[in-house]
Amino acid sequence: MAGTGKAHLRDGDKVLSIEDLVVEFKVGRDSTVKAVSGISFDVLRGETLGIVGESGCGKSTTGRAIMQIPPPTSGSIIFEGAELTEMTSSAVREARTRVQMIFQDPVSSLNPRRSVRDSVLEPLEIWKRGTKEERNKLVDEILESVGIDPARAAESKPHQFSGGQCQRISVARALVLDPTLIICDEPVSALDVSVQAQVLNLLEDLKEKFGLTLVFIAHDLAVVKNISDRVAVMYLGKLCEVASSDDLYARPAHPYTNVLLDSIPEPDPEADHSVGKIVGEPPSPISPPSGCRFHPRCAYATDICTRQEPQLRPMGDGHFVACHHPVETPVEIR
Amino acid sequence: MNKNDIIQSDRRIESGEPLLELIDLKTHFKTERGLVRAVDGVTLSLKRGESLGVVGESGSGKTVLSRSIMGLLPSTAVKHGSVKFAGQDIVGFSAKQMRHLWGAEMSMVFQNPLNSLNPLMKIGKQITEPLKLHLGMDKATATATALQLLRDVRIPEPERRLNQLPHELSGGMRQRVMIAIALACGPTLLFADEPTTALDVTVQAQILDLIGEQRRDRNMSVILVTHDLGVVAGHTDQIAVMYGGKLVEHAPTKTLFANMKMPYTKSLMRSIPKLSDPSHTRLATIPGRPPDLVNPPLGCNFAPRCMYALPKCHVEEPPLTPTADPKHVYACWYPVGSPEFEKRDAELQATGYMPEDFSAVS
Repeated sequence: MAGTGKAHLRDGDKVLSIEDLVVEFKVGRDSTVKAVSGISFDVLRGETLGIVGESGCGKSTTGRAIMQIPPPTSGSIIFEGAELTEMTSSAVREARTRVQMIFQDPVSSLNPRRSVRDSVLEPLEIWKRGTKEERNKLVDEILESVGIDPARAAESKPHQFSGGQCQRISVARALVLDPTLIICDEPVSALDVSVQAQVLNLLEDLKEKFGLTLVFIAHDLAVVKNISDRVAVMYLGKLCEVASSDDLYARPAHPYTNVLLDSIPEPDPEADHSVGKIVGEPPSPISPPSGCRFHPRCAYATDICTRQEPQLRPMGDGHFVACHHPVETPVEIR
Repeated sequence: MNKNDIIQSDRRIESGEPLLELIDLKTHFKTERGLVRAVDGVTLSLKRGESLGVVGESGSGKTVLSRSIMGLLPSTAVKHGSVKFAGQDIVGFSAKQMRHLWGAEMSMVFQNPLNSLNPLMKIGKQITEPLKLHLGMDKATATATALQLLRDVRIPEPERRLNQLPHELSGGMRQRVMIAIALACGPTLLFADEPTTALDVTVQAQILDLIGEQRRDRNMSVILVTHDLGVVAGHTDQIAVMYGGKLVEHAPTKTLFANMKMPYTKSLMRSIPKLSDPSHTRLATIPGRPPDLVNPPLGCNFAPRCMYALPKCHVEEPPLTPTADPKHVYACWYPVGSPEFEKRDAELQATGYMPEDFSAVS
C-alpha cells in the first residue's frame, strides 16, 4: 500500500478535509518516527468514515492530529471550512467544542474522583452555555439518551459503573457541547462482544438523533464494516485502500486488505482457519521500506514495488487502491 | 513435599483418563457485602491433548475458574468440590505444594504481556530462570533451551532477543515470549486467559495458531478463556459457556455451533458483527448486566436478561440437561428448538429482536 495521491477526494458538503497529512516524532538524537506520511481523505456531512489498520499504522495518530494533540508536522486539516493548523490556540480550543473524541479505555478517560454527572456537566460550565437550569436539564437529557440514569450518575464515580456504561458516559460527555464531528478511537475494543454491540447500536442511534459525522478508528474490520459508510485502510503511515464499506468487503483490491479480512476469527468451526495468514509484523516506522511500504510482507510484490510508491487510483464505484498489483475479484462473487 | 512425590502426569495419563477433572467446583469470596459466588458448581473434564474454550462475559467467572484450578487466588477465596489433576485431588493444595505443579505441569499465558513480564529483566533470563529452578539445568543448557523455545514460538533473531528487555519488543512478540516462558518446563496443561484480546487481528490469528501448533506438538491440553466465540470456534475441541459462575452450556465445539441450545449462547453469537452482513446491520444485544453474584436472582441466573424467559424461569433453576448427544449439556427450561422458544422467537423476529419491555433494562 504505502500509497499517496488524492484521486479519492470528493466534492460536496465536507465536514473535514485532510490533505498531505504528515506526523513525525523525534526519538533520540537523530531518528524520526514517521507515524503518518502524507495521507489525504475527506469526510462528508453525516457520513461515518472507518479507519482500520494494525497497531502502529498511524490511525490513532491521524485521529489525534485532527484534534491538534499534537498538531501535525505538515499538511492541511480543514474543518468546516477553517484551516485548523493555522489557528491560534484559543481558536483551536473553540473548534474542539465541535470536534470531540472518544477513547479506547472508558474508565481511565473519566476523572475517578468526580461524580460522572459532573464530568459530563463540566464542558458546559467551561463554555458557560445557558443558565444553570438549562445546563442541568441538558445533561439529564443527554445521560438519558445514552441509557444512564442521571440520578445515579450524580452520586456515583466511574469505578461504580461497568466498562460499557463508562463508555456510554464518555459518549454523553462528547455529545454535551453539540459537536459536528466525533472521532472515536477504538471505542469498543476494550468491551465484551455483548456490550460492544450495545455501544455500536447506540452510536448509530445518536448519529441519527444529533446529526453527527463520525470518524471511527479500529483494528477490527467486522466492527468497522458494521458502523461505517466508507472505510480507509492504513498501513505504516500510508493509505492502502478507500472504498464504500460494502464494496471494500465485497471486493478488497489491496493485498493487505485481503490479509486483514482473512485474519478475522470466524465464529464457525467448519470454516477454514488456516488461510491467508500474514507472517511477521509491520516494520519499524523509523525506517520504513522503500517503494510500497507493504512490499516486504506482500505475497504479490515484484521489483517495481520496492522502487516506486503506488498512487491511489480509481477502481470504479468510488473504490480507490494504492497498489501496483491489485487483487482482481470476479464480479460474480459480489 | 518432595518434588519427586508429585505425580508425573506424562507417565500416568496415557490410558485416556482425563488429565483434568472438575467435580462441582465452587469458588466463593468473602467480602463485606457478603459471599460472592464467583464459580458456583462447575463439573467438566479434559483429556490430554484436548483444548477447551471457556466463554463468557466479564463477571461470568471464567477467569476465576482458571485461577481456581491453578491455585492463584487471594486468601479470601473458599474452594469446595474437587479439582483432580492427573488423578490427584489438588483442591486443598497449599501454594508451596502448587509451586511444584506451576510451570512444570501447568502454566498460564495472561492477557497483557507487558504487565506479566518483568520490565527490568532480560528476556533470556526470564526464560532460563524456570528452567534452572524446575528442571535443574545448568546455565549453558538453559540458554540453549531458551533459544530453541524462542525459535519454537517463531521469534525472529532469537539470539538477539535473549539480551533485550520487554519494552524493546512489540506486543505480539511479547506475547510470544510469554508463551515461550509458559512452555519452558513442558507443562501438560496450558491456560491462556484472553491471550489475544490486547493484540491486533493479524497478530491474534498468528498467536492462536501458535498455541494450537504447540498443543499438537507437545500433546498438551489447553484451556482458552475468552469472551469471543469467534476465537474459540477454530481452536478448541470443546466449549464451556459460563454465566453467573455456572456452566450453562457445554459441548464439543462443532456440536455447539451447529446446535446451540441455550438462549444465552445464541445471544452471544448474535451480538458479534459479521462480515457477511451489510454495513449498518442492527446488532442483537443482550440487555442489562450480568447478575450480582452476592444476591443471584431466583431461578435461572440469566432469566432477567433473557428475551425468552417465562414465569417458571424466574422461580426454578434449570438443571444441566443432556441432549441426544450426552456430551452436549445445557441449563435451560425452554431451549432453542422447544415449542415455547420458537413461539417467542417468531414474535421477536417481528420486532427485530428489540422488544419494548427490554428497552428499559439497558
